[in-house]
Amino acid sequence: MTELAIAFTLNGERRALRVPAHRTLLHVLRDDCGAVEVKEGCGEGVCGTCTVLLDGEPVSSCLVLAPRVAGRDVVTLRGLCEGDALHPLQEAFVAHGAAQCGFCTPGMILTAYALLRERPHPTRADVRRAIAGNLCRCTGYTKIVDAILAAAGPGEPRDGA
Amino acid sequence: MPAVPFDYHAPATLAEAVSLLGSLGEDAKPLAGGQSLLPLLTLRLVRPRAVVDLHRLDELRAVRRDGGTLEVGALVRHRALERGEGPLVLCPLLQEAAALIGNVRVRALGTIGGSLAHADPAAELPAAVRALDGTILVQGAAGARAIPAEEFFAGLLTTALRPDELLTAVRLPLPGPRTGHAVEEFSRRAGDFAIVAAFAVVQLDAAGRVAAARVALAGCGPTPRRLDAVERALVGLAPSEEEIRRVVAHRPLEIEPDSDVHASAAYRRHLAGVLTVRALARAAAGARAFGP
Ligand SMILES: Cc1cc2nc3c(=O)[nH]c(=O)nc-3n(C[C@H](O)[C@H](O)[C@H](O)COP(=O)(O)OP(=O)(O)OC[C@H]3O[C@@H](n4cnc5c(N)ncnc54)[C@H](O)[C@@H]3O)c2cc1C
Ligand code: FES
Ligand code: FES
Repeated sequence: MTELAIAFTLNGERRALRVPAHRTLLHVLRDDCGAVEVKEGCGEGVCGTCTVLLDGEPVSSCLVLAPRVAGRDVVTLRGLCEGDALHPLQEAFVAHGAAQCGFCTPGMILTAYALLRERPHPTRADVRRAIAGNLCRCTGYTKIVDAILAAAGPGEPRDGA
Repeated sequence: MPAVPFDYHAPATLAEAVSLLGSLGEDAKPLAGGQSLLPLLTLRLVRPRAVVDLHRLDELRAVRRDGGTLEVGALVRHRALERGEGPLVLCPLLQEAAALIGNVRVRALGTIGGSLAHADPAAELPAAVRALDGTILVQGAAGARAIPAEEFFAGLLTTALRPDELLTAVRLPLPGPRTGHAVEEFSRRAGDFAIVAAFAVVQLDAAGRVAAARVALAGCGPTPRRLDAVERALVGLAPSEEEIRRVVAHRPLEIEPDSDVHASAAYRRHLAGVLTVRALARAAAGARAFGP
């Protein structure tokens, strides 16, 4: 078994720790860093509750080995807030009732965040496609899609799909 | 569940990686994007003594155009294929196929080399590479080999790779003039593996008749299947959708679908026919759009 020292940035702060190589990023974040806003659902890359941004891209933290994050940048939902101020996406989720139990919410918002950075004014179809890999057992998705479109604000015409 | 502990190596060069695999033998598993290997590790379906992480091997990330061929490095990620980054834009079939893989997180990390080496019978990229007449480049302690895709996929989750060999790249002939492509896939939900998917390439001559056609299917047997009889019968025809439907209906589909929890063999066979016609028709329409 290999144990190794890794250092990475978590929500802008440098973290340095020793981890066994077979530990996943999900468990490093939750168990070693206390980042419990990262949720464990399926553990197989399907549900999206463990989504984090790795160098800006959404990944399943349950499918990344700890040594892979050495020297890289990890952002969890907490990293989108500025102090106590919520991110506009979070505000929109609250305003639209897009969270019920809230278990899918961190992954949903991070996925939406990455989408809006790549495509600031997505169509409804773009949003549905982007979050297709984030499962929600409560809301029926409509309010989530509404919230993401509201956070994007008016821009290019939407397709109404 | 955490994976069973293993030794972890991250070699800095391909030569080092290959020699490590040579000395560790069957006890070691290469790691690319981890999007198939990590679930196998955490479900403890595989318990390697060592993992050889390929992520430092920048030489496997290159995409090169060399005359009429495109060489795509093993570590090129699904997302780069989907976006058609750099010279990848020259291969629209690969672009369309990659966009259908799993979810955005899988595509952010999963690699073409990993998908081909894993050889899932329902996976998009193995069938796409078959339809494109690709060649798989591998490197082992004993040297390099170039294996035609037809021989590379040997059986269910089984390839011609030896335990001490790495897949380094895939070489694809670039499409000629008046060539169209299409992928038609059926899956139950967004992000699921395909039940059946058809990958078609059609090239027309100046008169609008089929000069060459290739079609490969995923989900219709342990390895991707090419429909040789259909391909041959299309040559020389003006490929309207009716004509394609007639050809497909009158040729035996050389497939051996299995029944499983996802679909019966009969349903897969039905889908194979329907999706083959749709993919060929759309590929032909794409080829016509180039004009004479
Ligand atoms: C939720 C989910 C949904 C998915 N849906 C789809 C889908 O719809 N369609 C689809 O095609 N795939 C799907 N996948 C699988 C995905 O495409 C994987 O990325 C791919 O199968 C493996 O690529 P990888 O780079 O992640 O390889 P890894 O997981 O790292 O490796 C896979 C296997 O290949 C071997 N290997 C990897 N690279 C090499 C190499 N260069 N040389 C030799 N051996 C190598 C490894 O040892 C391992 O046995 C899905 C995965 C998940 C988690
Ligand atoms: S816990 Fe990682 S995708 Fe479900
Ligand atoms: S709000 Fe409960 S799973 Fe989405």
